[in-house]
Amino acid sequence: MMRAVRIKGLSLARGERTLFSGLDLALESGQAGALLGRNGAGKTSLLRAVAGLLRPQAGTITFEGPDGALLEAETARAEGLHLAGHHDGLKTTRTAWDELLFQAQWTGGTEASARAAVERLDLSRLLDLEVRRLSAGQRRRVSLARLLASPRPLWLLDEPMAPLDAGHRALFGEILAEHLAGGGMLLAAVHDPLPIPARSVEIGG
Amino acid sequence: MRAFAILLRRELALAWGRGGGPLLALAFYACVVTLLPLAAGRAPERLAALAPGIAWLALALAALLSLERLFERDFEDGALDLLALGPAPLEAVAVAKCLAHWLAAGAPLALAAPIAAVILGASPSIAPLLFVCALAGGLAFSFLGGLGASLALGSRRGGLLVAVIVLPLYAPPVIFGAGALDSLAGGLPWTGGLLFLLAYSAAAVALSPLAMAAACRNALD
Repeated sequence: MMRAVRIKGLSLARGERTLFSGLDLALESGQAGALLGRNGAGKTSLLRAVAGLLRPQAGTITFEGPDGALLEAETARAEGLHLAGHHDGLKTTRTAWDELLFQAQWTGGTEASARAAVERLDLSRLLDLEVRRLSAGQRRRVSLARLLASPRPLWLLDEPMAPLDAGHRALFGEILAEHLAGGGMLLAAVHDPLPIPARSVEIGG
Repeated sequence: MRAFAILLRRELALAWGRGGGPLLALAFYACVVTLLPLAAGRAPERLAALAPGIAWLALALAALLSLERLFERDFEDGALDLLALGPAPLEAVAVAKCLAHWLAAGAPLALAAPIAAVILGASPSIAPLLFVCALAGGLAFSFLGGLGASLALGSRRGGLLVAVIVLPLYAPPVIFGAGALDSLAGGLPWTGGLLFLLAYSAAAVALSPLAMAAACRNALD
């Protein structure tokens, strides 16, 4: 079980362009970080680097278990984090339930936990619809369901609330607060402030 | 293993949904069997000679057409991120995708291949061997086509690149398979060609997932 993430001296580049360099950031159990910065500053790239999808130019990203023991990065990522962004991976021709269930099971959840997530996110009326018929906000809720359906300690969220309406933003705020209270960690790229106490991290100066 | 089964089920549903399945295979061969006599002339002995080879053409073309976007869709819509962060390594993900493609598209084509060949006038005695060859060859086509598709990830005009990468890899199984069928029809020993074909398919299944996973990682970076 992951208890902390430490980022030290991280530099990221896309092609020839350096996005930022020398970034230090530590998150421990129960803490949230809000990544701020202009468009293109590298917020999404930072999330993808933490998820292991981008190779950093320099610096290290390490994951720690209980009592500070270093975790093997590949396993920590495969079992300990959720990455949720604009590209939600939902197939437009399949039903919301098929896709939700797959995403939940693939990340380690069960059918029962997927049902519970559906209840919590108020999705039961959408389950039979094909994904392409969903609105942007509904689609986002379907893709966020796996956060609840398969508990993982580190959530990497890219503009998670952008398409949500006011009611569902409040609900999602509660979900985030519960995640942190349960010892989880959270790193979110945002433009609007998160509805929970979070440390602000300015990206790209 | 559970994760692999979950992914395979989804990939099968997707492959079926975008036009795989037995009906497509039948439609494909219906076109071939109808058009070939019009294109190549209707002399029965000529059609009979062409019949076993048609199965290979159909398999290769069907694989090229449907495999081009095997990884591209997941790459574009973000599903590849999710697959990369799952419990199974990307190598297993690649195996599941290619296996699903083979089950949904290659196996029905292989099943229909002997029927089409017999309709065109091939001797029914070659039908069982043609089926086995098409089945094994289709497996190699699915995995090698997936390899081409993964290497072309993110490039413009990827389809052209896939065809160029895959063509030389598609040649050996066709040579082995066609050789075995030829020998059988001519009353010669034919097991050698079949064994080479099976070995080639086994090597493709074993080795190409490593390359596919590396290509996907590279494309995500």
